[in-house]
Amino acid sequence: MQDLKKLDQPLSSFVQVFDQPIKGEGKSPLAGAAIAIKDNICIKGKTITCASKILAGHKAVYNATVIDKLKAAGLVIVGTTNLDEFAFGSSTENSCYGPTKNPWDLTRVPGGSSGGSAAAVAARLVPFALGSDTGGSIRQPAAFCGVVGFKPTYGRVSRYGLIAFGSSLDQIGPLTTNFSDCAELLNIISGHDPKDSTSAFLETPDFTKSLKVPVKEIKVGLPKEYFSQGLDAQVKEAISSTADILKKKKVIFKEISLPHSRYAVATYYIIASSEASSNLQRFDGVRYGLRAVTKSLADLYARTRQQGFGLEAKRRIFLGTYSLSSGYYDAYYLKALKVRRLIKSDFDKAFEEVDAVLTPTSPTVAFKLGERVKDPLSMYLSDVYTIPANLSGLPAVSFPCGFDKQGLPIGAQLISRAFDEETLIKLGSAFEESTDFHKQIPVFKEK
Amino acid sequence: MSKVDKKTVEYVAELARINLTEEEKESLGQELSKIISYVDQLKELDTQEVEPLRELQAKGDVFRPDKVSPSGCRAEILNNSPLSEGDYFKIPRVIE
Repeated sequence: MQDLKKLDQPLSSFVQVFDQPIKGEGKSPLAGAAIAIKDNICIKGKTITCASKILAGHKAVYNATVIDKLKAAGLVIVGTTNLDEFAFGSSTENSCYGPTKNPWDLTRVPGGSSGGSAAAVAARLVPFALGSDTGGSIRQPAAFCGVVGFKPTYGRVSRYGLIAFGSSLDQIGPLTTNFSDCAELLNIISGHDPKDSTSAFLETPDFTKSLKVPVKEIKVGLPKEYFSQGLDAQVKEAISSTADILKKKKVIFKEISLPHSRYAVATYYIIASSEASSNLQRFDGVRYGLRAVTKSLADLYARTRQQGFGLEAKRRIFLGTYSLSSGYYDAYYLKALKVRRLIKSDFDKAFEEVDAVLTPTSPTVAFKLGERVKDPLSMYLSDVYTIPANLSGLPAVSFPCGFDKQGLPIGAQLISRAFDEETLIKLGSAFEESTDFHKQIPVFKEK
Repeated sequence: MSKVDKKTVEYVAELARINLTEEEKESLGQELSKIISYVDQLKELDTQEVEPLRELQAKGDVFRPDKVSPSGCRAEILNNSPLSEGDYFKIPRVIE
């Protein structure tokens, strides 16, 4: 464990490396394998911070359902990973512990908010990690770090014990170096949970059966709206090559349209921030962590929250509170719920013609540390391609599909119908069979 | 662009129970104005006939048997509080 701490020094991908790793006792193909957990998922008795000062010293009082499942499968939990405060961000810079660095270039961000998990897996510090994805927080860092990041269908994996950000959008998922590991881990964490009323009453298929099977005649759509304005030329090129490789395996491609995509970021920021402002009301200095010293109760709430929340958390709480406040509710929150339906209907229509959709994961490769942190809108736009899957509750995966001229990884995203994770694994593992992007290992340096 | 004025910032801060310094009021107001101008693009869309999407997988209410079972972690929960006494969270006096 001392080695792990030392190896992580240039990256700061871990928040905690446990002196005594938590060894699960059950059996599974992954028994004995090391896994890192994003520091917003509860592990009983361990400090949980969400990278926020407001939770200072808080110890989880129960295990998240996914933690119980990992233990029952015999995995070894080695520590917790860095994130943007309460998962608010796309760069892991909004952390009270400071930023995590991208292992491919230490002057760049690893993406976010599951940046610690993505960086740790990319650097081969651990073979497995869990993240959470509300608007792209597993897939965008997976793309920036060159690993496989999978957001399951809303309801596939229990959210019990995941500290809530946007309850109608959040989903826990795996970060791994390849699709085989991804499928194994999905097998373990999926399934109905009576403790999460939004978890689906469905049997979990054996996802490993979708590995390396023929993909002939699977139909994949290329949404024209995802290949226009703002997309980096080298990323665009890499996605075309991805399609070409799959075409050789007889996958059928066609252009489709998702006309409301351009409204996704605006819709998402209203809905996610509204839910966040409600979920974060509980952090008031009474039951958790930090408490400001004051004489009155009203002051205790307001000052504790002033001192405990970082800038981005305050922005989101503000936008959310504003959107839900009387007088603005119809114009913002209700309007966003209606546009959310339009965005989902675009996918429903597309899936009448195709089985999956191929897009870039993010418009650019990893950007420089500090480059966007002062301009919230530019930061939000790095999730423009990942957000629609959360708004629609659909499964989606980012996987390594190339490198730019500077040697930075590029991610491709596949989205499929609700509860059809298998198509994503089929296509992704077929792509992986013909390429070796996922086998490239970063050497820490500054570019 | 000055959609979110100081009065609105103070009102939202009160609703959200967050104290703000004068500088924070200024900068949050400016940032929020920018973000609100951006999200205002939704107004281009005619959504009169659209039902709001409130549930992703319509499965209605989910019931479970109403059985008493121990949660068993009262001590741990109280330990996490910055200030507690006996079985209670302790806060400043609210009634004189």
